[in-house]
Amino acid sequence: MTDFLQLLISGLATGAIYALAAIGFTLLWQTSQTINFAQGEFVMVPAFLALIAMRWFGVPFVASLVLAILASMLLLGVAFRYVIVGPLIRRGVLPLVISTIALSILLKESVKDFYSAEAQTFPTLLPDTLITVAGVSVSLAQLGVLAVALVTIVLLQWFLAGTRTGRQMQATAQNPTVARILGVPVERMILYTFLINAALAAMASLLVSPIYLAKFSNGETLGLIAFVAAIVGGFNQVRGAIAGGLLIGVLDNLAAAYVSTAYRQAIPLILLVLVILFRPQGLLGRKEERVV
Amino acid sequence: MSTRASLLIGLLLLVLLALAPVDLNEVGVPYPGLRRYGTYILTLWLVTAIAAMGVNLIVGYAGQETLAQAAFVGIGAYLTAIVTKAGVPFGVAFAASGLLTFVIGIALGFPALRVQKHYLAFVTLAFSVLCWLVFRNETSITGGVMGIRDIERPSFLGWPLRNHIRFYWFVLAITTIMTFVLWWIVRSPWGRAFTALRENPLRAESLGIDVRLYTLLAFALGSAYGGMAGSLYAPLVEFIDPSPFALGPSLLFMLMVVIGGSGTFLGPFVGAGIAVLLPEWLRAWETWYLLIYAVLVMIMMAFFPSGIVGLAARLVARKARP
Repeated sequence: MTDFLQLLISGLATGAIYALAAIGFTLLWQTSQTINFAQGEFVMVPAFLALIAMRWFGVPFVASLVLAILASMLLLGVAFRYVIVGPLIRRGVLPLVISTIALSILLKESVKDFYSAEAQTFPTLLPDTLITVAGVSVSLAQLGVLAVALVTIVLLQWFLAGTRTGRQMQATAQNPTVARILGVPVERMILYTFLINAALAAMASLLVSPIYLAKFSNGETLGLIAFVAAIVGGFNQVRGAIAGGLLIGVLDNLAAAYVSTAYRQAIPLILLVLVILFRPQGLLGRKEERVV
Repeated sequence: MSTRASLLIGLLLLVLLALAPVDLNEVGVPYPGLRRYGTYILTLWLVTAIAAMGVNLIVGYAGQETLAQAAFVGIGAYLTAIVTKAGVPFGVAFAASGLLTFVIGIALGFPALRVQKHYLAFVTLAFSVLCWLVFRNETSITGGVMGIRDIERPSFLGWPLRNHIRFYWFVLAITTIMTFVLWWIVRSPWGRAFTALRENPLRAESLGIDVRLYTLLAFALGSAYGGMAGSLYAPLVEFIDPSPFALGPSLLFMLMVVIGGSGTFLGPFVGAGIAVLLPEWLRAWETWYLLIYAVLVMIMMAFFPSGIVGLAARLVARKARP
């Protein structure tokens, strides 16, 4: 039982990180019909931005984390919005899909060629000391990850539901035309979505890299998990992405312990197929009416 | 272009391709013929083009996205390698590869196409990774990362295809047949339904076209082309391991079809040509190759989303106009 609880907590910690990546993915899809096939690389790159700041320019650790988040918002938010999505969005979905696939290759190869092909260790904010409560021992770092990710999610939910700008973003996501008629600055809301996605991806990156090391190929798995989490939870719901992320994190950890490590990666994929078979709108999603 | 003119040009191309590896000095033409490696690359191009034709049917005609074509190629390649090693004739293995990938295509596409657009992309993405895991982990069947070596080239009606030129001709013949089959499908009423479906699915549906059935069949057929390409790939390379069937190569299949020109008949051939030849030309650049390719694709999408064939058609049309 204590084993199970430990696995549950570490699963929730990685799950919360997956949720961050999945929320960004869902937000982008909702507000701008952008399926970002480079989402995994968006979670891989910021850790390397922080490493570059630290190792090439000698910036202190915490400052380079902040720098990495800001640089990600600029590169993966603003530049992605205006250089890649902007010119393509009018041409339909396929060119954009292809372009984000190419972007994922570009980011992966750039990190490999300009930084390193080796996995890099990444420092953590909190030490790896174990705390034991009622026989269940958990590492401080894991609790820290869980806390940071959960606080980020709660803040985001508050922003989306509780502020004027957040509600304008939701209006843009649900119906851009009506939002525009009601005077919502739709273009600016879309840009905010891209900024939030980049910031969330950067947070996920900085939290996941101390656990899994920073490597150029990390995006493949992370991107896949972000898609699966978004779809399993419900493609049209932010809370769906949260639930999907947490569920996959827990399942992943349990599977690694109780099933086989060789097929650990298969668990989220099987979950995806089951959800598409039996509950295609996602666990928390609502059915979408088809629009003519 | 009229049908007859395209047929003539096709026939001419076919003759030129058939002669490409032949030394023509004996008949007085100063052309030495392609060497062994050149012929191998040409054969690889044909095999890649078959799989790319399948992707084109799915992407260009049925308007869906598939991210598992390399996995289907892998299924065909592994099936062929395993059963021909057990003594089954190549023809049976080839047909079985096509059939198996067709059935898997139906099984994957049926649930995915019930939902909305793009779900097929996610399902195939998941399938691609699952296949790769099986290829890598089931060591007793697939040889794991060590792969399967010494896959024999078949013989055709008692004519051994061990020689690289003969095998090339064999693949060329199969590619020609498969090209004709696809050409016929696309021009048949059945194929016209595909086009209607891509242009305006809602209107196609209102005209009585069963959108889901057509899309499903297009996906299954396109995947079967992948499987059959894989069946040729195994004896061509004579060695298979999981890496060419991973997710990355599946994504490259999508890119090559769109770069060549999705929804055009020549697109897959042009795209496959670039995908096979570019790494050869950029050999000196090695690690930079994928980076350059990615940037080219992004530029291409921003300025010419109709691909190289679409761009060429536009240039020709502009020139023809006085």
